[in-house]
Amino acid sequence: MSSEPGGGNGDLDTPPPSEPLGADPTAYAPSVGERLAFYERAGGIVTPVITAVFAFFMGGLVVLATGHNPWKVYQGIFTGSGLNWFFHFGNFSITIPGTDHHVWFWWNTSIQNNAAYNLQQTLLLTTTLILTGLAVAFAFRCGLFNIGGQGQYLIGVITGLWIGTSLPHLARGPHILLAIVVASVCGAVWAAIAGLLKALTGAHEVITTIMLNWIAYWIGSYLFGQGGPLQNSTNASLPVSNTVVDSAKLPVFWGNPVLQGLHIGFFIAIGALVAFWFVLNRTTLGYEVRAVGFNPEAARYGGISVARNYVVAMAISGGFAGLAGVLDMLGYQYRFGVLDVQTSQLGFIGIAVALLGRNKAVGVALSALLFAALLYGTSSRSIDQTVLKPELAGNLTLMIQALVLLFVGADVLIIAVWRWRRRLLPGRLRRTQPAAGAD
Amino acid sequence: MWRGLTPRETASLGIVLGCLAFLLALPPITARAPWWPALAGIPAVGAGIWAVTSGVKRLGWLAVAAGILGTALGVLATNTSSSNLDYVVSWTPLFTAMLAFATPLTFAAIGGMFSERSGVVNIGLEGMMLTGAFFAVLGADKLGNWALGLLCALIAGGVAALIHAFVSIHLRADQIVSGTAINFLALGVTGYFFIQVYGDQGVPGSIPRVPTVNLNAIDGIPLIGPVFGHLNLMIWLTFLTLIVSYVVMFRTPIGLRIRSVGEHPRAADTVGISVYKIRYAAVILSGMLAALGGAYLSIGFVGSFNENMTAGRGFIGLAALIFGNWRPFGAFAAALLFGFSTALSFRLAQPWGNAAVLFQALPYVLTLIAVAGVIGRSIPPAASGRPYRKQ
Repeated sequence: MSSEPGGGNGDLDTPPPSEPLGADPTAYAPSVGERLAFYERAGGIVTPVITAVFAFFMGGLVVLATGHNPWKVYQGIFTGSGLNWFFHFGNFSITIPGTDHHVWFWWNTSIQNNAAYNLQQTLLLTTTLILTGLAVAFAFRCGLFNIGGQGQYLIGVITGLWIGTSLPHLARGPHILLAIVVASVCGAVWAAIAGLLKALTGAHEVITTIMLNWIAYWIGSYLFGQGGPLQNSTNASLPVSNTVVDSAKLPVFWGNPVLQGLHIGFFIAIGALVAFWFVLNRTTLGYEVRAVGFNPEAARYGGISVARNYVVAMAISGGFAGLAGVLDMLGYQYRFGVLDVQTSQLGFIGIAVALLGRNKAVGVALSALLFAALLYGTSSRSIDQTVLKPELAGNLTLMIQALVLLFVGADVLIIAVWRWRRRLLPGRLRRTQPAAGAD
Repeated sequence: MWRGLTPRETASLGIVLGCLAFLLALPPITARAPWWPALAGIPAVGAGIWAVTSGVKRLGWLAVAAGILGTALGVLATNTSSSNLDYVVSWTPLFTAMLAFATPLTFAAIGGMFSERSGVVNIGLEGMMLTGAFFAVLGADKLGNWALGLLCALIAGGVAALIHAFVSIHLRADQIVSGTAINFLALGVTGYFFIQVYGDQGVPGSIPRVPTVNLNAIDGIPLIGPVFGHLNLMIWLTFLTLIVSYVVMFRTPIGLRIRSVGEHPRAADTVGISVYKIRYAAVILSGMLAALGGAYLSIGFVGSFNENMTAGRGFIGLAALIFGNWRPFGAFAAALLFGFSTALSFRLAQPWGNAAVLFQALPYVLTLIAVAGVIGRSIPPAASGRPYRKQ
């Protein structure tokens, strides 16, 4: 857990002097940052887990009400996501990268293994969701709600594809690097527009990022559409881009490259998680960002430029989302079309990932895995048709995601009850149960 | 020469001149020389600049923008072939399409106005609209009557809004999170039940639809006759909603209460207004209105439903609300402008091809400019987005 400026603590029993949900005599309206600070102190991992369980339970009720068996459905999703791979132990071998040596391994990494294939797909989505989740989380730590992850993701996709489908004579390393850098920078610039508008004119970042999302949506529809500059050069009636050239494709380290194996972008996402943690908790920049997030006025009084931090935080957020876009293109999708622009939602899901993960690196990683498993587990490629129609299952995913968001909101209630529990208990009971408020 | 005019009048004149610059090059006048638009556009810019220097910022900049845009578009129009021009700029279909596209946006924007004026940000308009669209079809199909379909839409939109209201008023959750949740929830719930109920066949083609009002008496009047003579009942309902909501919001004690709760809830509470009650009522009303917009799309305009059929119209409604400065007629004007840009982008698809879709981004670009304060700032109600805590 990160430390807050001013040395807060993680213990519910000793609340700081200004408790956000206490009996505040003035009209109290917490800012995003204050609310976040409060979440971080309270409940630890308990509330996110309760939140997720609640959401799955409610989703199960809908499944039950429409005449399907929720237990079987969730089992089917679990199997479909490939997470059952971890539970099949045995005597297998693995090749040491770069050599022909085989060593003993307790899991079956073979390409023919169906569960392994499903897991690769889940981890591909995890890669994207970690990054789009970080895009929301980083801005959140600065007190900004970045709803524009989807637009920044699309900008990353567009610029990544632009570089990735051109320059066929470039060597592999520089080509990949160039595409990744350009796409991340463009994503960062796209997001920084919102940060800049907030810093200069106070325009609310939620409004501006929503508008930027839709502008990116129509730009994408134009570029990949019929006659658009990025449309493919072979079939003029197909509104899809060219395929990424071989020199720009990311190396696949697990699975079959032709059938969407797991690419090294997965490690880039893990690296981004570490960078996220490091920047926020071990650098001056991160300290300033968090200080602005907790209380912009206090930060300004302390000599921190709030405006500069708004722009920087949005830019870093956009960089994460742009990175997600380009890795998807160079890693396994290789092309993008108008239909993809219209149906892609990975940027939006980042909101749920970040909020369920409480905007922490570890939390984002875990909730990205959860949502990726849910997404792939309910896709038409993986779920058992006899258990639940994939169209229904896909909508179930949306519902669960929505319920997670709603319960993240209702968190305040859960935490408040948690905190008031001791006060509500009769005095005698409170004395005999001194640890009642701790979790 | 300008001595007799106030800066405001000058700016308004500039806006008119800017529009005229464009109109000169269009049918039925169709001036073919590029200096005709410039002749009207340059004075418009001048009038705008003069108004800005005299302190009338918002209107002044609008006049400058109108002058530049009008001249540019006018010159562009003089360079296109007149057959293309005649196809794209045929006013009757353009205006009819504009009203049809603007209707759902207006419902959403007015709904959003009630919610935001009471201090609750409603990002969930899109979801409430989608809910309305689906349940209108379901109601109209299963109960066999379009009026009952509308009723179902009202109830469903109200329930979706009630969830948003409860989470953001009583639980004091972040209203943006809750609104986003509503959007996803609507997408999931309508998609799930659409597949469950209609499955592979889709919605039957014979569902009862909201009727069209045929005013044969005015058919003879040019332009007005063909445009207003055969409008859907829901479009007339929009006009009614617009007037009623203006009167309620700015001419009645109820409106005063809603606005006071949105500007300064503590003060409103002190004089005995129940902040929670007003906010609940306003949010639920906003959900119902947004749902009507969705119902117009499904059982009024298209006569069917498919997954995610609102496709961002709720967000354009939100944009119209902001662009219109949280006022009913402002929002309606913005909705008309956005509806017109959509209608134009469809007409432009013939000569321009795919590039015409860029016109669909215009509402968002304009709103971005409006919130950035370049042409006078759009200022939200003071307490919007802030949960209120009773004492």
